[in-house]
Amino acid sequence: MAVQLDARPPAAPAPRRSHPDRGHRLARLDTRFSPYLYIAPFFLLFAVFGLYPLGYTLWVSLHDWDLLGASPTFVGAQNYRQLMSDPDFWNSVVNTLGIFVLSTVPQLLLALWLANLLNRQLRGRTGWRMAVLVPNVTSTAAVAIVFGVLFGREFGMINWLLDLVGIDAIDWKANRLASWVAISTMVDWRWTGYNALIFLAAMQAIPRDLYESAAIDGAGRARQFWSITVPLLKPTIVFAVIISTIGGLQLFTEPRLFNSGTNAIRGGPLRESQTMTMYMFENAFAPHYNFGYGSAVAWLLFALIAIVAAINVLVLRRLGGGREGTR
Amino acid sequence: MTGIFPRRRLAALLATTALLGATACGGGDAPGDGTVTLTVDVFGQFGYDALYKEYMASHPGVKIVERGTGSNLDEYSPKLTQWLAAGKGAGDVVAIEEGLLVEYKANPQNFVNLLDHGAADLRGNFLEWKWNQGLTADGKQLIGLGTDVGGIAMCYRKDLFAKAGLPTERDEVSKLWPTWQDYVAVGEQFTAKNTGASFLDGATNTFNTILLQTAGNTTGYSYYDTSDNLVVDSNPAVRQAYDTTMDIIDSGLSGKYGSWSEEWVAAFKQSKFATIACPSWMTGVIEGNAGEGAKGKWDIAQVPGNGGNWGGSFLAVPKQSKHQAEAIELAKFLTSAKGQIGAFNAKGTLPSSPQALDDPAITDSTNAYFSGAPVGKIFSAGAKSLKPVYMGPKNQAVRTEVENAVRTVDLGQRSPEQGWTDAVTNAKKAAAK
Repeated sequence: MAVQLDARPPAAPAPRRSHPDRGHRLARLDTRFSPYLYIAPFFLLFAVFGLYPLGYTLWVSLHDWDLLGASPTFVGAQNYRQLMSDPDFWNSVVNTLGIFVLSTVPQLLLALWLANLLNRQLRGRTGWRMAVLVPNVTSTAAVAIVFGVLFGREFGMINWLLDLVGIDAIDWKANRLASWVAISTMVDWRWTGYNALIFLAAMQAIPRDLYESAAIDGAGRARQFWSITVPLLKPTIVFAVIISTIGGLQLFTEPRLFNSGTNAIRGGPLRESQTMTMYMFENAFAPHYNFGYGSAVAWLLFALIAIVAAINVLVLRRLGGGREGTR
Repeated sequence: MTGIFPRRRLAALLATTALLGATACGGGDAPGDGTVTLTVDVFGQFGYDALYKEYMASHPGVKIVERGTGSNLDEYSPKLTQWLAAGKGAGDVVAIEEGLLVEYKANPQNFVNLLDHGAADLRGNFLEWKWNQGLTADGKQLIGLGTDVGGIAMCYRKDLFAKAGLPTERDEVSKLWPTWQDYVAVGEQFTAKNTGASFLDGATNTFNTILLQTAGNTTGYSYYDTSDNLVVDSNPAVRQAYDTTMDIIDSGLSGKYGSWSEEWVAAFKQSKFATIACPSWMTGVIEGNAGEGAKGKWDIAQVPGNGGNWGGSFLAVPKQSKHQAEAIELAKFLTSAKGQIGAFNAKGTLPSSPQALDDPAITDSTNAYFSGAPVGKIFSAGAKSLKPVYMGPKNQAVRTEVENAVRTVDLGQRSPEQGWTDAVTNAKKAAAK
């Protein structure tokens, strides 16, 4: 190294230094700012289609805003105050959370189990793996309509099956818990396979030798699953939980189409399965056209999603923390 | 599996397509060759296809596109409201249902005042109350021209009536139920025979029928009085309709099918109920739901009580239309006596024009699906003597609450008294929203 440096011609530095220096500076600017430029389109689009509507919704929620009316009047936090004491709103919050828990918990457990099965040596493995995704590529509307018919009170197949084993017909649409179960089934039908594939991808990244040494130590399949697979899947599980939280709390199409007929947006005669997004729609559009009130619901939904997602992450971190210690 | 490069390319592709999509939305509608394209927004069945063809033939510069045929009013009205609110997207001619008209009338700035375009001369072409419904409260702006009215009858299944040992001939059936009490009594006889079907589809449609009929014959208003005060709990017509509906439910006559639900549609197919309150536009709905297999099994009798009107629509021209003059011409044509007869022949919507109602094309018409019932005579008989029911500003929201309360009693979730309390409280809440 030193020899080479000494061997450098003395006159050369001045012109050569300035040229590569400019290039170097450009290169530095390039490496420093290009990444931002590359991701800029997303953020630009997000600003236009995400941030702006978000801010506008907040603005609208502070007004008494009739969708057709000429001049909205500023009312401050009145819509929010009114919402806090609106039993129909809280009913929709409870419905949303109820359906969310009833659908997400079994869905993720089932997906984990499915992924574990798919991760074994199976004949026609790719076929099976693709097959679990089929419900997900089916249109939500089609799924919701078919399930709506399956869960019919009088002509539904589920009630017919229940009748075979001597259980009385259930009015799935006019019974709160029953409607939650029916809608959760629909959600699980669509999303279990999707989550299973995500879990499967993560499982494949777990080194085989971990299982091999565990097997040598005498760990059975179940023990391997709970002590190796699940802890190593933690980041993926966190991801799946957050995505499910966002999707689950914004549930609209399934419950909306599950309730057919006039004013289905109410989610049943006593609002048995009206979710928050449905309540938002009912207020912002038909029959109330109270845009300000609907926007306030939208913001509280946003807040609720943030809170639930935070709780999820905390709980999972706590759970995972214990396991990390034992690893 | 996927390398970094393809993924990056995919992202870039997605971003560009999204941008392209965004710019494509801004494109205008410039045909360039001088033809004007008029968009007509409707819901359900307006029966205008043949009329469009005729109009386009006589107006070479006009092309008509219809949107929304077969869609349900619940889907259509929020969409229309959004278009009006956004100032963009609505058709050049839009259909507005009577119950929703009040909301649109409250914000007349969204529509062209048809009185400024020579519509005043057309007054005599419409039943007086239908014309008045289209006017704003101060009478200075005409929002819409009337299309149809919804004279009410009672549709019934002859085969189920025969099975229960009841008369099946339409005049005899009409004589069975001069009043709603008689209707309940017939229902009890029917139910006693265990035909496997209920006497009627569900309580809400019947409730609305009784309410509109009672209100038409007595107060002239339903949930709101003519000064727009909410009178759910003080208008005797509402309570009377509620109590009669409770009698029907108590006697076990209701099939408990929610109107327009999938179960309701299935119940038509499976012959699960024997009667249904039948505004003139309902005949098309029955035919569609019960299907070809039930052709000739249905017939139409008089409605218990005395007449009544449910539904009917208007055609309006939104201010945002770029071809207002042409749109107004088209709306005038479609709502003319001739247009209304054409619509009736296509889909059975009962005209709101007295000239059309007197026309042999209407009075002599029969409906093969309903065993050749003289539908023209049955529905038009009451139409001209109809007394309109005034509807207040939040009519739709209030009606939704009251009908849902009726439905909770129908399903056995609430007692009749609890149901009434719910109806009144929830209606007040909805009206205040």
